[in-house]
Amino acid sequence: MPEPVTPPPVSGPAAEPSTAAEPTRPAGAPPEREFTVSERSQGQLVVRRFLQHRLAVVSLIVLAALVLLAYVGGALWRYDAGEITPDNSVAPSLAHPFGTDAVGKDQFAQVLRGTQISLQIALLVALFATIFGTLWGAFAGYFRGAVDGTLMRIADLILTLPLLAVAAMLGHQFGGTWWLVALVIAGLQWAYVSRVARGVVLSLREKEFVEAARALGASDARIILRHLIPNALGSIIVNATILVAVAILLETALSFLGFGVQSPDTSLGLLVSEAQTASVTRPWLFYFPGLFIILIALTINFIGDGLRDAFDPQQTKVRA
Amino acid sequence: MVAFTLRRIAISIPILIASSFVVFLLGTAAGDPLDPLLGRNPPIPQATIDAERVRLHLDQPVLERYWNWLVGLFSGDFGPSVKQNLDIGSEIFARFGITMRLIAFAMLIALVLAVVVGVVSAVKQYSVVDYSATFLGFLFLSMPAFWFAILLKQGGIAFNNTVGEQVVYTIGDASVPPPTDTFARFADIAGHIVLPTIALALISYAAWSRFQRASMLEVMNSDYVRLARSKGLSRRRVMVKHALRTALIPLVTVTALDLAAIISGAVVTETVFQWRGMGDFLLESIRTEDVYALQAWLLLTAIVVIGFNLIADLLYAVLDPRIRYA
Amino acid sequence: MTEPVLEVEDLHVTFPTDDGLVTAVRGVSYRLRPGEVLGIVGESGSGKSVTSLAVMGLLPATARVTGSARYRGRELLGASDSELSSIRGKNVAMIFQDPMTSLNPVYSVGYQIAEAVRAHNDVSKQAAMSRAIELLDTVRIPNAAERAASYPHELSGGMRQRVVIAIAMANDPDVIIADEPTTALDVTVQAQIMQALETAKTATGAAMVLITHDLGVIAGQADRVMVMYAGKLVEAGSAEDVFYTPRMPYTLGLLGSLPRLDQKSKQLTPIVGAPPSLINMPPGCPFTPRCPLAQPVCDEIEPPLAATTSLDHLAACHFSSELVEAKPDDVFNTEVADTKALAEFVRQTEGGP
Repeated sequence: MPEPVTPPPVSGPAAEPSTAAEPTRPAGAPPEREFTVSERSQGQLVVRRFLQHRLAVVSLIVLAALVLLAYVGGALWRYDAGEITPDNSVAPSLAHPFGTDAVGKDQFAQVLRGTQISLQIALLVALFATIFGTLWGAFAGYFRGAVDGTLMRIADLILTLPLLAVAAMLGHQFGGTWWLVALVIAGLQWAYVSRVARGVVLSLREKEFVEAARALGASDARIILRHLIPNALGSIIVNATILVAVAILLETALSFLGFGVQSPDTSLGLLVSEAQTASVTRPWLFYFPGLFIILIALTINFIGDGLRDAFDPQQTKVRA
Repeated sequence: MVAFTLRRIAISIPILIASSFVVFLLGTAAGDPLDPLLGRNPPIPQATIDAERVRLHLDQPVLERYWNWLVGLFSGDFGPSVKQNLDIGSEIFARFGITMRLIAFAMLIALVLAVVVGVVSAVKQYSVVDYSATFLGFLFLSMPAFWFAILLKQGGIAFNNTVGEQVVYTIGDASVPPPTDTFARFADIAGHIVLPTIALALISYAAWSRFQRASMLEVMNSDYVRLARSKGLSRRRVMVKHALRTALIPLVTVTALDLAAIISGAVVTETVFQWRGMGDFLLESIRTEDVYALQAWLLLTAIVVIGFNLIADLLYAVLDPRIRYA
Repeated sequence: MTEPVLEVEDLHVTFPTDDGLVTAVRGVSYRLRPGEVLGIVGESGSGKSVTSLAVMGLLPATARVTGSARYRGRELLGASDSELSSIRGKNVAMIFQDPMTSLNPVYSVGYQIAEAVRAHNDVSKQAAMSRAIELLDTVRIPNAAERAASYPHELSGGMRQRVVIAIAMANDPDVIIADEPTTALDVTVQAQIMQALETAKTATGAAMVLITHDLGVIAGQADRVMVMYAGKLVEAGSAEDVFYTPRMPYTLGLLGSLPRLDQKSKQLTPIVGAPPSLINMPPGCPFTPRCPLAQPVCDEIEPPLAATTSLDHLAACHFSSELVEAKPDDVFNTEVADTKALAEFVRQTEGGP
């Protein structure tokens, strides 16, 4: 039979709770028992969870620094990209921190310009592909049936083709300037986004809040735009960051092969391509562009991971 | 199960046909084979250009051209190449074998590695092993394949120099002429395939291991795993027979979906290591605006991807009984 | 007194969350005698499931468990995995709440039962499978021999739960813990499941811990009843004691809020308010804001679980003596909000056609 139990410690849980989380109450009132943790909005929760992901936060800072360096630094630097200096094939020095190439172009300026290009292309791709792909996939997922079938068959047809190959073909025809390259890549990447958006919308449309909205007389367009897409926003944003990273790697690969950004402009991929044979003799031409690509893609990937945790925390982490 | 298989195959056929049309259009959009001829100096006589136009069927309307091309496929005729004496069919199939060797090997290694690392990371969540594996995974995901391949080449040469012998090869898919002795041939192929495989496998591995980790974690927290533990089964048995068994299933689909990307990766890898495979064929065809060669290339890869997806679908149904009647 | 088959002492379970530590179980103790049916009643969040999961060692790794849980004198908390594995499924078995997700979708039900048998008995696969078919038959699955080859998704929810019961029965355990076995099922299926549980109990002679939020499920099945609120036991005693002479206002409220078909329609006595948060709990009795008997002392000191009218009947309330002979509508406010509707209702039920 149950024994009489001595009262437990009355002071509450064993470890110190975050007192910042306790809401204030008027003095003299009975203790608040139901709402013992202060309320936070959805946005606040997401931001808070993101900030707990240390690598993501560090990556955000590093990426911001990179962007500043590429644009502000690039504008202020004493040499322009593509400017020919009298110093040929010089190793890294104070005058040329990243050295120069065989023609005498300052590599620091080149790499910064290449970074600008990669960032611009990636951003443009992410924007176009995400908006277009999300709308496409959301419509397919919402209306289902024949609409879904047709829309997704088209997307699937694009997905069966190796993107690099098709991008190379189109890039050869239309390539050269950075924004055309961006359009070519975006014109293919949207298919991935549409798949993801469709999946999310498919699962969301069965939820009760959609039924409720419909019962209140909301039109299809309103349901898609005001209810489904905002709820899918988490997945979409996470996917967009992945897209940015993939776009950067795709663009640099294209430029490496000669079908992306071409002379007179430059790209990090183009720089690596030009430095292929020099990787041992003049390593500065090879390593700096490569490391910058890795840095950009890595920070974006970590930020994407942080965003994924922020929008949809799956496991409870033990607090240190 | 049989009905399921037949239905899946039946669906694949219209997809293939639609694919062939898209492929054809893409090839046409990729360039005009007559362009390089127009700007030449000394200029090529108009009659020659017109003859070339007829030879390449460019005088016919698009749809007619497409139909003739499609029909020709069934008799193994992939159409005329810009290079007059090149038989696209036989050339591309030879290249195909070489590239598939690389892709198959790389995928196998990437899969095995991804499963092992993914499972260990999940089981020892938040440990040092998990964190390092995660970091390395992200690093490889962010690394440009072409840059890494060049690095490997460099490393391979350095390795050969230290050992004093040519153990790994950095150029080509096999020595020319190939050694006659079977063992020597095998070692030769192995030596040539090592570095490209590492380059190609590493990026797929990174993506799959993260996926496998997530899948494993989800399954490990499921109700049926908890019930299995409550039955008194040993931890290892629960992990392998219940958790791993179900966690592996989604990986099948992911592998199939990534195949197109792996082919792209193979193109880059082959370029760096100068293999005469599909990658080289593609780039050459783009540069020469060889429309029919490009179409053949795209069609072949589409067939491979669609075929592989079909196999993955069937494998999924074998592994997961809930799907069999879908 | 016979040796208890399961003994839980001062069990505390806490979970770390972003907002602080959640104390899901705050000092629970009980003893289970052989063959006895113990009902644990409480609302969602009262800690009743967590208590049992802690005993079985099936809580997630982030949970912190203190106290003691002993099976026939063997300590379960903190025991090694191999030790726990030899007890789980053989001496102490568990039935879970959601039959739709409790079974592995890629193995047949027969395989999953046979696996439980082979985990603790060195028998051949065929022997284990025939035992599985036997068990399926015992829980009244029709065409047991054919059904054994079915996959879980081919069975209804009720049938899946019976498979889970068969798994629990497989090795004749001494204790079966049934964690809300009928909650996820339709009312019509509930009766079948309770019957299957009864069969399991008779066939194995096991003691049973029946966890539920549904008082109706407990009535008629349990020998002893414990009521949990906010992670603690607030009342414990024999089923008659607790049902007919409750000594804790919460229990009284629970009973009063049950619609009864055997009595003339009286007004239900809902309990106002909501259960307390388990983070940053202030001192005092957690039921205070909802309790009609609350006094200032209730906010300051948490009442211990103490004997009331007899040593067997315990309640955690400073004013349990005031509940002698009390009816729910004596204690709880039954003021009607909509008197017109009530008048209409009374007119319809008591008036003519």
